Amino acid sequence: MAGSEEKEKAVFDVDAASALVNELRCTFASGKTRSYEWRVTQLKNMLKMCDENEKEIAEALRQDLSKPELESVVYEIGMLKNSCRVALKEVKHWIVPEKAKTSLTTFPSSAEILSEPLGVVLIISAWNYPFLLSLDPLVGAIAAGNAVVLKPSEIAPASSSLLSKLLVKYLDSSAIRVIEGAVAETSALLEQKWEKIFYTGNGRVARIVMAAAAKHLTPVVLELGGKSPVVIDAGINLQVATRRIIAGKWGCNNGQACVSPDYIITTKDYAPELVDTLKNELERFYGKTPLESKDLSRIVNSNHFTRLTKLLDEDKVSGNIVHGGERDKESLKIAPTILLDVPQDSLIMNEEIFGPLLPIILVNKIEESFDLINSGTKPLAAYLFSNKKKLKEQFVMSVSAGGLVINDTTVHLAVDTLPFGGVGESGMGSYHGKFSFDAFSHKKAVLYRSFIGDAAIRYPPYTTEKVRLMKALIGGGIWNIIQALLGWGKA
Amino acid sequence: MESELESMREYFKSGKTRSVSWRLSQLKGLLLFIKEKEAEIFEALKKDLGKHPVEAFRDEVGTLIKSINFALKGLKNWMSSEKVKLPKIAVLSSAKLVPQPLGLVLIISSWNFPLGLSLEPLIGAIAAGNTMVLKPSEMAPACSSLLANVMTTYLDTKAIKVIQGGPSIGEQLLQQKWDKIFFTGSALVGRIVMSAAVKHLTPVVLELGGKCPAVVDSFSSSWDKQVAVNRIAVSKFGNCAGQACIAIDYILVEKKFASNLVELMKASIKNMFGDNPRESNTIARIINKHHFLRLKNLLSDLAVQKSVVYGGSMDEENLFIEPTILLDPPLQSEIMTDEIFGPLLPIITLDMVEDSIEFINSKPKALAIYAFTKNEQFKRRIEAETSSGSLVFNDAVIQYAVDTLPFGGIGESGIGRYHGKFSFDTFTHHKAVTTRSFLTDFWFRFPPWNGQKLMLFETVYNFDYLGILLVILGLKRCKRNLDVI
Repeated sequence: MAGSEEKEKAVFDVDAASALVNELRCTFASGKTRSYEWRVTQLKNMLKMCDENEKEIAEALRQDLSKPELESVVYEIGMLKNSCRVALKEVKHWIVPEKAKTSLTTFPSSAEILSEPLGVVLIISAWNYPFLLSLDPLVGAIAAGNAVVLKPSEIAPASSSLLSKLLVKYLDSSAIRVIEGAVAETSALLEQKWEKIFYTGNGRVARIVMAAAAKHLTPVVLELGGKSPVVIDAGINLQVATRRIIAGKWGCNNGQACVSPDYIITTKDYAPELVDTLKNELERFYGKTPLESKDLSRIVNSNHFTRLTKLLDEDKVSGNIVHGGERDKESLKIAPTILLDVPQDSLIMNEEIFGPLLPIILVNKIEESFDLINSGTKPLAAYLFSNKKKLKEQFVMSVSAGGLVINDTTVHLAVDTLPFGGVGESGMGSYHGKFSFDAFSHKKAVLYRSFIGDAAIRYPPYTTEKVRLMKALIGGGIWNIIQALLGWGKA
Repeated sequence: MESELESMREYFKSGKTRSVSWRLSQLKGLLLFIKEKEAEIFEALKKDLGKHPVEAFRDEVGTLIKSINFALKGLKNWMSSEKVKLPKIAVLSSAKLVPQPLGLVLIISSWNFPLGLSLEPLIGAIAAGNTMVLKPSEMAPACSSLLANVMTTYLDTKAIKVIQGGPSIGEQLLQQKWDKIFFTGSALVGRIVMSAAVKHLTPVVLELGGKCPAVVDSFSSSWDKQVAVNRIAVSKFGNCAGQACIAIDYILVEKKFASNLVELMKASIKNMFGDNPRESNTIARIINKHHFLRLKNLLSDLAVQKSVVYGGSMDEENLFIEPTILLDPPLQSEIMTDEIFGPLLPIITLDMVEDSIEFINSKPKALAIYAFTKNEQFKRRIEAETSSGSLVFNDAVIQYAVDTLPFGGIGESGIGRYHGKFSFDTFTHHKAVTTRSFLTDFWFRFPPWNGQKLMLFETVYNFDYLGILLVILGLKRCKRNLDVI
C-alpha cells in the first residue's frame, strides 16, 4: 500500500564511488586521520570489536566456510588482535622520521626520511580469510594515518555483512568505510583515483586491478598466490613433518589458503613411507570419516567444488588417488585427498589447487626438485623438510618465492617482523608489522641546507680551478680536495 | 628479440650474475668506462644537449662516479642476509631476510641526463645481481650510441645489453616479460609503461616529473638573499636549461618582495651566464625542435608575453632560449598548468608567503618542493601540510646527490625510488626465510580441536607466558563453548 514503501537499496555506481572518494578526501584534508590519537583510538576500537564480537565473527565464518571455531578464533581473530597490539605498541616509533647521513658533497646539511600518510586508499579483500585479509591491511592503513575504503569479498557474504555492520559501529565512518558488492561495485571503485590499492586475491583479477591503477598512476600491493611446493627429503622426523604439513594444508581452511602447501616433491624411494605416515596422521586428526569431521572447513561454494572435482576426475590423475577422494556435493565437502605420481601436464599441476587435494610428484634425486620448482611461476611460499645443511643452502639460494620455510609450513605468517608478500606471479609489495605501515606510507626525503658555506664552485662561470675542486669534492677524497685547493692535480 | 632475451634468462639461471665478484667486476667496468672515456662522454653530451663539460661532470659523470663508489663500498653489506628478531615463544626457530635478484629487468631512460638516468638504475640492477636491458632515449643519439657501442665493451654483454631505438622498439620491449621495469620520463608514457606491465604483473618504478615549486620567503640578511637567488638561478638555468625533472618549475613569493627578487635574479643570471648567454656556452640547448616550439608556444599567449620581465629571446636555428623570467602570468595559462621543462621561470606573487601551501596543494604532487626560508614554524608547516617526492630547505636539485635519501615521486610524479641502497633494494626481492627445528612442537597446533588447545593458542599469541603455564597446569578454564555445529 502507498505510504509503506520498501526503501530501495541505492545502486553503488561510478557517481556514488566518486562522491565517496571526495568525501573521504575532505576528511583526510582536515588532518583528522594524521593525529596520533586518532590512529590509536581506531586501533583500540578494532581490538575491542574483536573481543566483543568473537562469537558473531566465528558464526559468520561458520556460515560462509564451515570454518572450525578454533581456526576462526586463532587464525583470524587471534592474528588480527596481535596485529592491532603490535601496531598500538609500535606506531609511535614508526612515525618518527629516520635520520639520513649526509656527506661532504652537500656539507653543511642534515637529512631525514619522513613517513607521511598517502591519503585515501582502497583495500580489496578475499573470501578465504575474510576478516583477517580485510582488517590486517586496514591496521596498516590506519596506523599510517590514511582514510580507507574496504571492499570485502561477496563470496563470503555473512562475513562481508558483519564487517560492514561492525566497522560502522566501532570505527570512524567519516574516514573508514565498507562498500559491499560484487563486480559492478568493485568496477565503480576501481575507476576512481586512489593513492594506493591493496588487493588480495588471484592473478586474473589482479591484472584488472593493476590496469585500472595504471590509469591514475596508483601504486598497488598485490597479494596473490601460486603453487607453493613442499620438498621432502629423506632422513627427517617424518611424523613431525607430516603433522606440520597437515596443519598447514588441511588445518588452514581445508587447503583454501594462499600459502597452503599445494603439492609435494619427494624421491621415488621415500614416497611409500611418506604416504603411509600421511595417511596415519590424517586419520589421527580427522578420524575415519573426514567428511563428517567438524575440524575441517567446507569448500566455499559450488563453483569451487565443481572446479576441484574436475581436477580429481581428470583421466590422467583419477587412478592416482591413494587416499581420500570422497566428496559430498550437498554439504560442499571434499575429504583430504592424496594423489601419487601425477603427470606434470595434468590440470591439477597447472593451476593453484586451493583445496584439500595434495598431489605428490616423484623425482629420482631430491636435488632435481629445485629445477622443477623454478620451471614454474614463482609461488608465494616454498617449503623444505630436510636435515642436510647443503640441501637447505641450495634451497635458499636457488628457489625464488615470496617466503621460504624450512622444516615447517605457513608459520612465517605469524611473524610480524617478516615481510609477507609475493614475487613475480605471486604478487608485488608486502605487509605485516612495520611493513604494513610502510606499505601505506610515503617516505618523503627531506634535506635541510643552511646559508653558511656556499660553495662558489657550483656556479658558472666555470673555471679550471672550480672544475678541479668540484671533481675532488664529488669523486675524490680529502687528499684530492687539499690538492685542488692548493691548485695542484689534474683539471 | 625474444631469443636474445631467452639467452639472457638462461645466463641468469646459470647463476653467473649472482656472485660478488661478477657484480664488483661490472661496477668497476662501469667506473673505468666513465673515467677512460670522459672526453667522449663530454663530447656526446655537448652534441646532444650543448651541455658545458662542467655541468656534465657535476650532474652526470661526477655523480655516477660517486654512486658507483658508494655501491662498491656497500655491496657486500647489502648482499648479506639480515637476521630478523623473533619473539621468545618461537623457540628454536630462526628467521632472516635474504636478498635475491629479480632476474631480467628493463631500464628505459630519458634524454635530459642521458648518461646519468641510464646508469644510475643500471648500477642498482648490477649490484642486485640481475641481467638487464637498457633502452636509452633516441632523442639523445650521440649518448645512446656511446652507451650501445663503447660502454658495452667494458661490460659482460651476455648479461647487460643496450638496445637502441625509438617508440616502436620501446613498444616491442614492453610486450616482453620482465621481472621489473624501471622507467624515467613523462607521466603520459609512464601510464603506457604501467599498463603494458599489467600483462605479466611486472612491478614498475616510474620516475616522472611535475611542477616543482620554489617558495621564497623574505630574508633580513642580504647574504642569505643572495645565496638563495644564486642557488635558484643555477638550479633552474644551469641545470640542462631547466629541462630536469627536479628543476625549479616556478617560484612563489610575497608581493612585496617580488620586485626585489626579480632584480636580484637578473643580476645573478648576468653574473653566472654573462651578458650574452648564448655565446658563453654555460647554458644547455633545448633538446630538439619539437620541444623548442613547445616552449615557444608557452609564451605565445598575449597575457603571458606581457608578463615577461627578463629575457624571452629565442634562437630557433640553434635551439637556444635565453633565461627568461615572468612575473604573474595568468594561472590558467599553459605555462602554469603544464610542466615547463625549459629555461622559463614564472614568479607567482601571493599576499602572504603562507598562502603558498594552499597553492602547492591545488596542483598534482610534484617530484620535489623547495622552500627558501629561515622561519622554523613555516618549515614545520610545509613539511606537514604538503606532499612531494622530496622536500629541500634553502637549496634545490642537490638532493639528487645524496645517496642516503630515496629519490622518487608520489602520485603523478611517480612510483618507487632509487639512489644509494634504494637502487639495490628496488631491483631485489627480499625473501623471508624461516627455519624450524624438529625438536619442539606445540601439540596444540593439531586437530582434533578442544578448548584447552584454543586457550593455549590464545596465550601464546599474547605472549602471556604465565597464562601458558596456567593452562598447561590445568588451572585456567576455557570460557568458550566450542560445540557450535
